[in-house]
Amino acid sequence: MKKFIINIILTILFFSYVHAAEEMNEPLHPDWSFEGPLGKFERASLQRGYQVYTEVCAGCHSMDLLSYRNLVEEGGPEFSKDQAKAMAAMFETKGSPNEEGEITMRPAILSDHFVSPWENEQQARAANGGAYPPDLSVIVKAREGGADYIYSLLIGYEDAPSEMSLDDGVYYNIYAKGNKIAMPQPLYEDGVEYTDGTVATPEQMAHDVTMFLTWAAEPKLEARKRIGFKVISYLIILSFLLYFTNRRIWKDTH
Amino acid sequence: MSEDKTVTRRNFLYITTGSFFAAGSAAVVWPFVHQMNPDASVKALASTEVDLTPILPGQSITVLWRGKPVFIRRRTSEEIAEAKKVSLTELPDPEVDEDRVKNPEWLIMVGICTHLGCIPLGQKGEYNGWFCPCHGSHYDTSGRIRKGPAPKNLEIPQYVFLDDNTVKIG
Amino acid sequence: MSDNYEPSSAIGKWFDKRLPLLTLFAGHVLPYPTPKNLNYWWTFGGILTFCLVTQIVTGLVLAMHYVADAEQAFTSVEHIMRDVNFGWMLRYIHANGASMMFMAVYIHMARSLFYGSYKEPRELIWIIGVFIFLLMIATAFMGYVLPWGQMSFWAATVITNLFSAIPLVGESITNWLWGGYSVGSPLLTRFFTLHYLMPFLIFALVILHVWALHVPGNNNPEGIDVVQGSQDTVPFHPHYVVKDGLALVVFLVIFAGFVFFVPNLLGHTDNYIQANPLQTPEHIVPEWYFLPFYAILRAVPDKLGGVILMVSSIAILAFLPWLDTSKVRSAKYRPLYKQFFWLFIADVILLGYLGAQSADGLFLIISRIATAYYFIHFLVLMPLLGFVEKTKPLPKSISEPVLSKEEREAQVAGST
Repeated sequence: MKKFIINIILTILFFSYVHAAEEMNEPLHPDWSFEGPLGKFERASLQRGYQVYTEVCAGCHSMDLLSYRNLVEEGGPEFSKDQAKAMAAMFETKGSPNEEGEITMRPAILSDHFVSPWENEQQARAANGGAYPPDLSVIVKAREGGADYIYSLLIGYEDAPSEMSLDDGVYYNIYAKGNKIAMPQPLYEDGVEYTDGTVATPEQMAHDVTMFLTWAAEPKLEARKRIGFKVISYLIILSFLLYFTNRRIWKDTH
Repeated sequence: MSEDKTVTRRNFLYITTGSFFAAGSAAVVWPFVHQMNPDASVKALASTEVDLTPILPGQSITVLWRGKPVFIRRRTSEEIAEAKKVSLTELPDPEVDEDRVKNPEWLIMVGICTHLGCIPLGQKGEYNGWFCPCHGSHYDTSGRIRKGPAPKNLEIPQYVFLDDNTVKIG
Repeated sequence: MSDNYEPSSAIGKWFDKRLPLLTLFAGHVLPYPTPKNLNYWWTFGGILTFCLVTQIVTGLVLAMHYVADAEQAFTSVEHIMRDVNFGWMLRYIHANGASMMFMAVYIHMARSLFYGSYKEPRELIWIIGVFIFLLMIATAFMGYVLPWGQMSFWAATVITNLFSAIPLVGESITNWLWGGYSVGSPLLTRFFTLHYLMPFLIFALVILHVWALHVPGNNNPEGIDVVQGSQDTVPFHPHYVVKDGLALVVFLVIFAGFVFFVPNLLGHTDNYIQANPLQTPEHIVPEWYFLPFYAILRAVPDKLGGVILMVSSIAILAFLPWLDTSKVRSAKYRPLYKQFFWLFIADVILLGYLGAQSADGLFLIISRIATAYYFIHFLVLMPLLGFVEKTKPLPKSISEPVLSKEEREAQVAGST
């Protein structure tokens, strides 16, 4: 009987292995500071990541769910309030109607959402050969493989093998599904000039922006792990206390 | 003797377990209470900057701050004089006009009647200030209560003049 | 059991004379005589009650921030995750809580199957339990739709389309369910309403479940009746309050592990993409706790047939007390059934695995075999075993088998 069940399990494992193999390249797995039970984001990396996002990604990708005030909040890039205000003011957003009833543009403030590069999806598609650059607010949680996948994708561009013909607006990426992706290679050597003097290699930029996007998708990650650690410690102590209490209570029952 | 010791030890265990459990249960209540407090997006709107350029003397605007109307009135010299000459003994809630403004020309106050929360109408009532239609409270040109059921003067919010033409409320 | 109860305080006496709540509580909780040999598999009833209350309370506070509208649902959930104080924690507890509750309910049901807790005189407890399970399925499904991600939307589409399998009136029914010609805001709003209502119906059924349980009293691992007024029982409090409490806290360690360290492990990444009626995700899978039933649904090549089979796979549980012909309750004394029990569990796990795979080729063939076996277990094996199985001799009372070897020898020595 047991043998039979073990056989079933082995068969299942075998099939799931075969099944997974036909999907795509396994993404790279760099060391992320936010992994592990007490993981945290690297502040400096998040700040650089924001720079990469605004200078490279934000031309096409919106981040509608974030606000400039988030850049100041604890557990995030933790820019100073003045820095964040200045960053917000670099973008123009729609203000309230003036006396003539016309919508005027005004510089964004902390409480504004990240300004989208597009008015609507149609405009975004028209500007990108029909492909819609997805919103990046929760992209890390919305993709199988999470941070690893995003990181790998950003540096996975290679020359297409000669036997592969690519249509216009399709690029070769070894980590994309079917090795094809509609996004052109975004990161090049020194694509941005980091204010803190870090050398902007594609790997570095991919690392920073992925860290930033991970924070954007899960801004409460640090608080979550911190509280979780306390909660679990409490529960373990309580379970020991209850274990001894339980034993004491049942001592006289046979 | 050893019987007593066993009982003491047992009670100690029970009390420790019980109080440890009670402390944890109490801590669990907090998130459920705190979730109803103003959230991060609401708090971010806690201050409002207003451009004062378009307001001429004798005009007022109403801006929304924390979901409440704030009256910003550019007072005329007559109004200022009227507000200053009132003696404190006449006031139910004595306060001099100088304490209610940072710049006498600009009167900035929360436009909510201190009686039961209605919005008073401007330049109405017996004192040429504000008049609350709900229960007939009269406020003067400094927003002080003069007559009617309201107990207090109209509230002055925190504000600073960032420059001559911009005020930040909150 | 509660006849001689009298509140100690004057206020208690005054109150209890007019509304005997204290007597009720005293009778059903405090000294309630419970078999002393219940093992840890019996703690899942208490754990489930805790889960239900947790879901209701966290759901209540989430509803204070959630917007049940197709345009705003997704962003309102993200608003909860980002801006509301402790919102992320409340949502993760609620989302993972559903999984934890199903985990507990499956163990609870498996325990009942193993120890024959559904048998005479406890048939009604079991049947009420089946209805609770049905309501749980409906509640969980509707709850999964509320965040309005891609999986929410397409799960709602696929499942409501099942009703179109009904001949003649199918299409009218789906349009009625949708309040339109496709899944959209009207459906979301009514799902939210029902999702809010159902837990309270479950709660009412739980009261009936416990009430019905307290008529014959608990079954126990030996599957034999307790001898009233004997050494067989202990008072529920403190013995089982503390034992259940211990099990609950250990359960909570796992629960907290999910909530705080891998909150999205049991979810699907596609549900963090806002619902898009123009694009179906490549691979639609339901939440893990529905996978076995999903596999049964897909095992049948016919739309209506699949629906009927899936519904039957749950409905058949309600008839189990009569499909099982054995007089012996506990699998401990049923050597054959014990083996088939584990085979059945393996079959359900296999179905769960198949539910997550694409329904073609070898997977489809295996799901058909596994589905067939699921029904054979209930319709053929259960009735047959009662006749062919040679059961082991049952102990005279609960106190008998739990005596240790030495104690038994001592007893024998003492009696001679």
